Amino acid sequence: MSSFWIMLIGSLVASSCGILGCFLILRRMAMLGDAISHAILPGIVFAFLISGSRESFPMLVGATLVGLLSTIIIQWMKQNGVQADAALSVTFTALFALGVILISLYTRQIDLDLDCVLYGEIAYVQWDTWQLGDLNMGPRALWMVGGVFLLNLLIILLFFKQFKLTTFDPALAAAVGIPVAFFHYLLMGMVSLTTVASFESVGAILVVAMLIAPAATAYLWTDRFHLMLSLSILFGILSAIGGYLLAVPLDASIAGCMAMMAGILFLFSFLFAPRHGLVSKWWYQRKWYSKPQ
Amino acid sequence: MTFFTQWFQEPNALWVMIGTTLLGISSGVLGSFAFLRKRGLIGDVLAHAALPGICLAFLITGSKNPFTFMIGAIVSGTLASLVIIWVTRYSRIKEDTALGLVLSVFFGIGIVLLTQIQHSHNGNQSGLDKFLFGQSAALVESDIRVMGISAVILILITFLLFKELKILCFDPQFGAILGFPMRFLDLLLMFLLVIAVVNGLQAAGIVLMAALLITPAAAARYWTERLDHMVLISAGIGALSGILGTIMSGMIEHMSTGPIIVIAATCLFLISLLLAPKRGLISRWIRRYQFQKKQQIRTTKGRESLE
Repeated sequence: MSSFWIMLIGSLVASSCGILGCFLILRRMAMLGDAISHAILPGIVFAFLISGSRESFPMLVGATLVGLLSTIIIQWMKQNGVQADAALSVTFTALFALGVILISLYTRQIDLDLDCVLYGEIAYVQWDTWQLGDLNMGPRALWMVGGVFLLNLLIILLFFKQFKLTTFDPALAAAVGIPVAFFHYLLMGMVSLTTVASFESVGAILVVAMLIAPAATAYLWTDRFHLMLSLSILFGILSAIGGYLLAVPLDASIAGCMAMMAGILFLFSFLFAPRHGLVSKWWYQRKWYSKPQ
Repeated sequence: MTFFTQWFQEPNALWVMIGTTLLGISSGVLGSFAFLRKRGLIGDVLAHAALPGICLAFLITGSKNPFTFMIGAIVSGTLASLVIIWVTRYSRIKEDTALGLVLSVFFGIGIVLLTQIQHSHNGNQSGLDKFLFGQSAALVESDIRVMGISAVILILITFLLFKELKILCFDPQFGAILGFPMRFLDLLLMFLLVIAVVNGLQAAGIVLMAALLITPAAAARYWTERLDHMVLISAGIGALSGILGTIMSGMIEHMSTGPIIVIAATCLFLISLLLAPKRGLISRWIRRYQFQKKQQIRTTKGRESLE
């Protein structure tokens, strides 16, 4: 049963991240997932200090708020002439350092393990169950990750047209009257929420890998946006399940293996994807040149 | 004052301060070029990508010698930068995606190797994660010597190749026309960055290295329009944040040096962002205000003359 829960939760994380990753990659903001996953640390610490417990919900709220705040700071810096990559790194390193300082200042009050926050362990998700009255509702992480996945899916389906247009042609979107900034922050809010909800159970590194690798792989296979979204989910699920099946015989970190599997899938597509792969490009070129002119 | 006299009597404190200062200088110098190449995030990526190399070095040699760790980290960092360059050159993947991909996949492989080590060599792996989270307080004289030598070599190479790196940052096409090997120079800059990151990793940890490579350079950009001045200012800001961070963390108990150095560098960045003479925000606001006032006077005068 435990392997089923792990694969299911991994797949749900991969699907949520895969959808959002497509937007991030096309908007050239791929590093934002990494930045947010570091920047929310002070939010987690504040939520912990205020609520005084390790309940998931206050942490989710605090971290999401700080994640949104960090994207607002990044955007403000960019508007004031700071180079995009510099704005990103300055913001997330500063916020992360603030979080570490807060943890070491309140080290007696906080029973918060830095490694655990950043590298959460997917192998233990099945033990942390949600009790509703006498009813055992299954792993808590499943509800959290599944809820966030449904929320993301709902928002994307409702505003698919708007998201598509603001991603591909923000100037046209603004001219047509779509509030571009609102959709930017809505997307950033979704990325923050997904990062926070997933990484408590699966760890930051898997979230960053799942945000980028499946979407990048899908980008090599197709030129159509809705196909890219579905392929990205497919590749995400494949790397979650494949990674787990790889981790069991190796007796290694499951999250690490899932990230590795996503990398292997990307490498395969980088070489053999039908139109944009290296081998197939070479093959087409050779056929073209050997054709009698 | 008693604090300082007490503090400097501790023999190790001085070594830590020298180490963080050297680190600030070398990463400030190289960070300027990374910043101008719009590769500000490269420090973060290379620092994460060092993990599999460190683990492999440990698995192969079985020793916890910092020097073998460093070689492993340099090898995997170089491989990571090659992958970034290849993926962006030979596919439609953009650079930011390639950076994120390399960061997460290399780090994932590193975590897998780390768990392998934990399961096979019981309790012997404790030095490995120190390498990633950084422990500047634990620096000793021999570490500082290695760091100092590599910092001097890095600065020397940058000084000798200053003209070439300058052309790489500002106009690589023009450089190619002049006959400079631009691809080689790009790779060389990446390699120098790898060494700078690996050099600081043990003392500083991943996030501090990411900050030290970009924040001083981004701050220095506000003060000048000349590359040679910018490199010097960036080195100065890096050194200053190293010194300030070390002193502050000495004053507060239970405080590791790394995060304080990041906060010091960020404060210096914010000061530059606000107060720098020409490009700073406040002077820009003042100029905008004066301009608007001048325009108002002009329009009122124009109206009066019409009436």
